[in-house]
Amino acid sequence: MAASAEVLSQAFTLGYTYTRSTGPIVGQFLTSLRNRKMVGIKASDGKVLMPPVEFDPVSAAALTEFVDLPDSGVVKTWCWVSHPRKAHPSDKPFAWAMIQLDGADTPMLHWVDAGEEVAMSTGMRVKVRWAEETKGLMGDVNGFVPDAMALLGDLKPNDATDTITGMEAPIYLTYNFTAGKATAQYLHSIKKGQLVGQRCPNCRNVYIPPRGSCAACGVPTVEEVVLGNKATVESFTIVYIPIPGNPIKPPYVIANLVLDGANLSFLHLLSECKNEDVRIGMRVEAVWKPEEEWGYAMENIRYFKPIDEPDMAFSEIGKLIDEGK
Amino acid sequence: MRDVAIVAFAQSNCQRDAGAQNEVELIMPVLQEVYKQAGITNAQDVDFTCSGSCDYQQGAAFAFVAGVDALGAVPPIKESHVEMDAAWALYEAWLKIQMGHAESALLYGFGKSSPGELPIVLSQQLDPYYLAPLWVDSIAFAAMQARTMLDSGAITELDMAEVVARSRNNALSNPYAQLKSDGDAASLLDEPMYMSPLRRHDCCPISDGACAMIICTVEKAEEWGKPYAVIKGIDHRIETHHIGSRDLSRSVSTEIAGKAAGVASGPVDVAELYAPFSHQEIILKQALGLSDDTVINPSGGVLAGNVMMASGLSRVGEVAMRIIRGEAKRGVAHATSGPCLQQNLVTVLEAK
Amino acid sequence: MAQLAAVVGVGQTKYKTKRKDVSIAGLVREAAIAALEDADLTWDDIDAVILGKAPDMFEGIIMPELYLTDALGCNGKPMLRVHTAGSVGGSTAIVAASYVQSGVFKRILTVSFEKQSESNAMWALSNPQPFSPHLNAGAGGYFAPIIREYMRRSDAPYDAGIKVAVKDRLHGARNPLAHLQLPNITMKEVEDSPMLWEPLRFLEACPSSDGACAMIIANEDLATKSPRKPAWIRGTAMRSEPTMYAGREQVNPQAGIDCAKDVYAQAGIHNPRKDLDCAEVYVPFSWYEPMWLENLGFADVGKGWELTMNNATSLIEGGDIPWNCSGGVLSSNPIGASGMIRFAEAAQQVRGEAHGHQVEGAKTALGHAYGGGAQFFSMWVVSADKP
Repeated sequence: MAASAEVLSQAFTLGYTYTRSTGPIVGQFLTSLRNRKMVGIKASDGKVLMPPVEFDPVSAAALTEFVDLPDSGVVKTWCWVSHPRKAHPSDKPFAWAMIQLDGADTPMLHWVDAGEEVAMSTGMRVKVRWAEETKGLMGDVNGFVPDAMALLGDLKPNDATDTITGMEAPIYLTYNFTAGKATAQYLHSIKKGQLVGQRCPNCRNVYIPPRGSCAACGVPTVEEVVLGNKATVESFTIVYIPIPGNPIKPPYVIANLVLDGANLSFLHLLSECKNEDVRIGMRVEAVWKPEEEWGYAMENIRYFKPIDEPDMAFSEIGKLIDEGK
Repeated sequence: MRDVAIVAFAQSNCQRDAGAQNEVELIMPVLQEVYKQAGITNAQDVDFTCSGSCDYQQGAAFAFVAGVDALGAVPPIKESHVEMDAAWALYEAWLKIQMGHAESALLYGFGKSSPGELPIVLSQQLDPYYLAPLWVDSIAFAAMQARTMLDSGAITELDMAEVVARSRNNALSNPYAQLKSDGDAASLLDEPMYMSPLRRHDCCPISDGACAMIICTVEKAEEWGKPYAVIKGIDHRIETHHIGSRDLSRSVSTEIAGKAAGVASGPVDVAELYAPFSHQEIILKQALGLSDDTVINPSGGVLAGNVMMASGLSRVGEVAMRIIRGEAKRGVAHATSGPCLQQNLVTVLEAK
Repeated sequence: MAQLAAVVGVGQTKYKTKRKDVSIAGLVREAAIAALEDADLTWDDIDAVILGKAPDMFEGIIMPELYLTDALGCNGKPMLRVHTAGSVGGSTAIVAASYVQSGVFKRILTVSFEKQSESNAMWALSNPQPFSPHLNAGAGGYFAPIIREYMRRSDAPYDAGIKVAVKDRLHGARNPLAHLQLPNITMKEVEDSPMLWEPLRFLEACPSSDGACAMIIANEDLATKSPRKPAWIRGTAMRSEPTMYAGREQVNPQAGIDCAKDVYAQAGIHNPRKDLDCAEVYVPFSWYEPMWLENLGFADVGKGWELTMNNATSLIEGGDIPWNCSGGVLSSNPIGASGMIRFAEAAQQVRGEAHGHQVEGAKTALGHAYGGGAQFFSMWVVSADKP
């Protein structure tokens, strides 16, 4: 299918490490987990809530009174994960369960390592399987197991005495990103060394990179316009701070550039000139990478460099050019 | 409260993967369609615009900003956005009309869930200290909710399968639906478990798409000379995030919202309920006090196609269009968000 | 028609680089409790909660309002979540006001927050997606060229931005909640601070803060009975335009001009410099003060910097139209809350509750927020006098 040949997809990971501060209540619960102890919290009505929440779900009062709890209880409800996902805490089939610890009035969510689904039932008794090493995280509970299961393993004591106030929470999510139709067409052109924009059927302005629509008119754009390598500096900044993951060494110039025949600027690097000589209205042209390095990216253009042409008048930059010209 | 008219509604096909259609390309066709229905040119012809979407679906911060590109917002327009289902955008616009700051409004919702691993993405909407680090997903909570009800005898697996079979059958007449079939409940029970006690068909599919709606004062609808349905009541409620404190076999927030919206003050011919899991339709039917006379999810509901961030508004649109077409006199639309129906919005619609 | 509504309670956290002592729930709770106490109310008195924050990726929690329900006493009540980029704090206040102005609810709580320290905010905005240009130098890199174009057009003196940077920090030193406390800051210190995105220096840019801001908005009847003075909402307005389109005026965006005209018309403001007593305006980079002075009609186009240079916007120098007496975004910037702080500080001024940074006898004030590529605007005018 011709259309599918145009589709450009690529996986990318949206990943950040978050460092959360826990506040005193969550912190104390995590501190207890690190010591392989369960604690609940007393609600306004006297019920013991698990895990300890900061604020009463009914009265909204701030809760403070912790209650020691045993590390065993009853499965109130559960479901069976026959094909665990990569992010899940177990790579073998397991159960998610709401488990009510003895002495608690509400169940808490965790997972149960029961081996197979037939071993699971509502009302079954389970106990915590503590991690060999504890860190002050929910994962210090290495799942629950059926009460009858003998627990072996070497539990290393955790000697930390400080109260936990923070936790690491790395979140990595993988997406398969697909470029929009206009972007894909544009990138196919740029892979061939051509800059192709789109013209709005309504206001006649030319956009590059094209996005398949004119944001001003709210209409789709289809007509393609081949543009050249020359551009004008609409404005610029000299960046002095390093960007993580960006190989360019500061200070460098990022300019808003309007290609000849286009009506909207895009950002690109400006080089082969002194930073202090860069000015609004300056004429520049694209310096392409060697053809064998071309990919589906604006980075095929290494940067723009000044050319020996008179500056463009401020009032002319990016203005709609008469189509007759 | 003054009556508010729904004069236009459009939705895209529910597609498993919209591929190379970006957000703007998904939104534009439904906008063009509602403009046509209302007889207007673009967003400049309404007093207010509001949308619903979620950055994490596409995995890009400020994903909603691209939506503005579809509106023709030059000159600038009065516009807002909720990081919620667009049904709540409808609520925001309804308030604007109530307070006299707008006579008409454009609403749209869009979502492209296909790029990510949706259940894992949604796990990060749970408590960030106790739940999200375990990567427990929304399907798991729904499955545990279903088991609670099965264990108590409140429902049977056949009840769940009947919801699915009806949904798929109804979807046969819905050109926008993603999953449709003429199978019966008994044969669905032959399917293997997905996340026991849920079978795959008990869970809504993952869909890409968009929908749009135009609402206005009744006076404006008369001026435009367009047929319309009337919003008689609308209310939304949330309940505790501490799932252990909830009775999972009920939806208390839906009960409150349904009461406040006035569901019980007349017969309900039709209801579109946002039940991403089959057993939740049964919970919602009870929470809203709907009788067996009410036709539930004639579109097939979200079990036949679920564009997150748009499906709630689409439920309202589905009911409104049935009323406009004369197929019903009074209907209820419901939208939800969060694990185990944590947050709910209920709209009561009537013929003019 | 719109019912009267007023701010009857304001609560803010202390703004800091890292609020390591609280969870996210604890942070929003702190502002909410302060607002309840200010209004002498309890959770039962609140009919609905309207929450705003900037992108969920800052904290890595999708739709955090679900998790925050219990911290905000919202079980069984309506909860709505607004997200309009950097303007969100302002937009949230406006949506919250509409809950009351519509007559549907009597008294609501609105909260905005950001706990930026949980991630690294600047780069959270810069995460490259495939097939998009990877040239992203953060918000400063986006706005610096626009500032350069303003400087060229207006022929403003090179130190107008430096002057704003000093003025807002001196204001901030009078506000104990402000993040940056720089009571001895000088023009030279700002000028000598490292260049980040020329022409923007380090001390001409906002900090990154943790914090939350909350307000309680009540209807006429309840506001009149409130123990402290209410700030009556005289007008609210929002405008949006696309980030990029051919011919877009970026220095003096049309959306800002239109939004200001709209809110002034509602509030009966004919000459903002004369009719308003002070303004809290979203100025994350120093040069945006002169730019917004023009955009909001306080000065003719090209002349905004003259007000800055003449101390017209300085509380300390006795200027006739003090801007950002709280220290503004240049002193505290929990992004999702920054807009609401502007709206709340405007309310505090007309309530006479601004303490060390109070404009004597302030009766009418503007709250302003903007976001995205200076394309989303929200504004309100509040007054000590009931309309």
